[in-house]
Amino acid sequence: MSDSYTSGNAGPSAQGDCFVTLTLKESGGITVNIQSKVADLFGKSIRDLCLDMMEYYGIPDAHLTIEDQGALPFTLRARLEAAVRKAFPDSKPFRVTDHSGVFHPSEKDRFRRSRLYLPGNNPKLMINAGLYAADGIILDLEDSVAPSRKDEARILVRNALHEIDFGSSERMIRINPFPEGILDLEALIPEKVNCVLIPKCESREDVIRVDLKIKEVTSESGIEHPVYLMPILESARGIWAAKEIAEACDTVVALAIGLEDLTADLGTQRTDEGDESFVARSLLVLAARVAGIQAIDSVFSDVSDMESLKKTALESKKLGFDGMGCIHPRQIPVIHDVFAPTSSETEKAQAIVLAYEDAEKKGLGVVSLGSKMIDAPVLKRALKTIRLAETLNRIPKNWRETYGT
Amino acid sequence: MAHKSDWIKNAAGRWIPPEINGEKVIPFKGIGKHRPSGNRYGPPIRTSIDYPPDGNKQVESLKDALVKSGIRDGMVISTHHHLRNGDLVANQVFKAASELGIKDLIWFPSASFPCHEPIIEYLKDGTIHHIEGSMNGALGRFCSEGKMRGVGVLRSHGGRYQAIQDGEVKIDIAVIAAPTADPFGNANGLYGPSACGGLGYSLADMFYGDRVIVVTDHLVPFPCIPMQIIGNYVDFVVVMDKIGIPEQIVSGTTRITRSPDRLLIAEYTARFCDAAGLIKDGFSFQAGAGGTSLAIGIYFHKMLKERGIKARFAVGGSTEYSVKMLEDGVLEYMLDAQTFDLTAVESMRNNPRHADISIFHCYDYHGKGTYTTMMDVMILGATEVDVHFNGNVVTHSDGILLHGIGGWQNCLHARCTILPVPLFRNRIPIIRDEVTTLCGPGELIDVIVTERGIAINPLRTDLLEKVKNSGLPLKSIEELKAEAEALCGVPEPVEFEDEVVAAVKWVDGTVIDVIKKVRRNL
Repeated sequence: MSDSYTSGNAGPSAQGDCFVTLTLKESGGITVNIQSKVADLFGKSIRDLCLDMMEYYGIPDAHLTIEDQGALPFTLRARLEAAVRKAFPDSKPFRVTDHSGVFHPSEKDRFRRSRLYLPGNNPKLMINAGLYAADGIILDLEDSVAPSRKDEARILVRNALHEIDFGSSERMIRINPFPEGILDLEALIPEKVNCVLIPKCESREDVIRVDLKIKEVTSESGIEHPVYLMPILESARGIWAAKEIAEACDTVVALAIGLEDLTADLGTQRTDEGDESFVARSLLVLAARVAGIQAIDSVFSDVSDMESLKKTALESKKLGFDGMGCIHPRQIPVIHDVFAPTSSETEKAQAIVLAYEDAEKKGLGVVSLGSKMIDAPVLKRALKTIRLAETLNRIPKNWRETYGT
Repeated sequence: MAHKSDWIKNAAGRWIPPEINGEKVIPFKGIGKHRPSGNRYGPPIRTSIDYPPDGNKQVESLKDALVKSGIRDGMVISTHHHLRNGDLVANQVFKAASELGIKDLIWFPSASFPCHEPIIEYLKDGTIHHIEGSMNGALGRFCSEGKMRGVGVLRSHGGRYQAIQDGEVKIDIAVIAAPTADPFGNANGLYGPSACGGLGYSLADMFYGDRVIVVTDHLVPFPCIPMQIIGNYVDFVVVMDKIGIPEQIVSGTTRITRSPDRLLIAEYTARFCDAAGLIKDGFSFQAGAGGTSLAIGIYFHKMLKERGIKARFAVGGSTEYSVKMLEDGVLEYMLDAQTFDLTAVESMRNNPRHADISIFHCYDYHGKGTYTTMMDVMILGATEVDVHFNGNVVTHSDGILLHGIGGWQNCLHARCTILPVPLFRNRIPIIRDEVTTLCGPGELIDVIVTERGIAINPLRTDLLEKVKNSGLPLKSIEELKAEAEALCGVPEPVEFEDEVVAAVKWVDGTVIDVIKKVRRNL
């Protein structure tokens, strides 16, 4: 046999990546040809890594070519594994035991102002993604990955989740529609995912089957933390079913809207003003509020136009959305700034909380501020506003002591 | 590291050979410890009656000028780098010398660029013996592989001026490419098709060169005003069709980085400066024209504007962004030693607050003071730093010489020297146990800013105290190093031959380190 199997990306544009060619042989042991710009400093470690993996997979005779553009070990291993699994589809995953894939359990109503999309087959963007303090990092297996690359992207994303520290960001994946999505969930849910984005969601059933599959995988792999769901509605049918989708199960934490596909489905063009999607966006916000979950707006695709991004985000906030998608880290601070509470919103929230606490101390049954009654939802929203203001250092943690002085 | 028995350990702990290119070496003694005495070097006395009374010093060709200058084997020929990667003159000088059969010249450029790759031909055919100046790209690789006959000598911009002034290097023939000149030799870089702004790097060459040749592609009748180059120092004027390629001299658009990592580093740097109380009315700074430096400048601009305060002066490479600061009233004076884009050239022509200065003003060790010690914030780069805050700017971790020192060593003397650098480049960690080549001692490097945290030199307890509650990601340099190695792995040691291929001078003319020939096992 002299079959060759490849994986990864080649050429100078594939920085932080590598292209692996595995050629199975009858004899001659393992030979490795490394073409790397870091060969002087990492040639031996790349060679050792190749030999370790061939040993793990029980491949005695093969020739490996590694065209390397400075890939980190998690990428090298993913590319090698993908090539091996093309040759031997039944092979087991290769997992390193030591890893820094720090995991923080999430909460159903945590802030989801920004979520940063990362193409699932591009390792370079993953490495530092956690540094930008997005509320969520989405490792995308769907639209950003070519159909023929789904397997290798899945392995790369798995390694990234296993080894990379995404900081305080919620760890999200956008899976493919079923049945491909089943493979995504089986491979990735064991790597401590906080939230799964369900693309092109159109019905309650679309949500339920993902939820059931996740529960199956979590119970098999002994995962106890909740894995939340964020259905993305990107068709007329999906928008129409927004309420049943939002209420499909209790792990749904937000509804997101995908405007590129939606406007195409509506037979219109996406504009900066967004008139064409006004009703759809409002419907989605309504459905989310009925279900008591968050509403998340689409991405803004011109990464160099911060002014228009800000305008779009302000519009979003006005419609009731809790956050937006990002495709470049530069967009994150702009979005955070817009979705941060204004000083008048913060002051009002502080007044509400203080009035409530005061009434509680006095044992009053009904709480009011001025002429307005404070009920549970009003208080909850005020507390949320304050928590966000504290997180953003807009008010000190001990604001009660300094309030009004 | 391996070294021969007669080598000397300098004050920075690096082993130095006793001689380089047959000259006795003074090993680095420590910062501010070396004080040469005696008189400054002076070129021979000339007499005006020996020059044409009509003031026309024009000769037929560059070759003609070299012959009339008395070019012969072993001479030192200097050029400047204001035409940057668009320079067409330096290669012509050595082509002419080669055609004349001259051997063993020493090329003494203020810097070299990738466009000087053809110089390799003249190193190979014996026209040039060795280079004393920066060696970039292909030239650096040629030197690193031990193919140059002599040992390269790397100096900072200020160190080049020092070496000229104290006679360590005697320029036999200075060739000054000038975008505009008159037949008497007055010249400037402000006008003409190859306009490049200032010509400050060639000032020492003009004053101290034995023979001075001005080469232009834009000859104007006497007088050429302003006289950045003073014709009374000039022997010959040569007119060429083209001295430079404009697009490679000044970039129409100096680009702010779009890399999210670099932008984050820029943001941290600006926030650090603010938290340390450095951004205040009347402060001064230097930031280069690199993408990250430009982004830092944008942050400074924004802060100053919001607070209604001004920087008193900035030194350095000027760009459209520094011009915007001048024009927006947040920067009072731009002291410009190198003009990077056309907007900045235009500004230097017209704005009296945009002053043309030379290396003598800002960096020279033998000057009666320098600007750098007066500066509040200094933003620099590095190819490597080590856990002792030592810096390297000339070689990469694989040992290959790829860059010049530029003004880097001179700039280290500022009040707060900050190196914003990525924690790793292409898997290669920037923070090492020991820098491959020592260019600047750690005691002068105050802060390392990376995308994963900021390390402050423990010597700077004042800075540590000021920023400790800033919310910035402060880490020790060892922590940063460990973080990079956890991601990238620990780089394998690089092996060198014993042969020295280049020497790195400190700002005072002593030798701080040497670069050895790389060993190729592959």
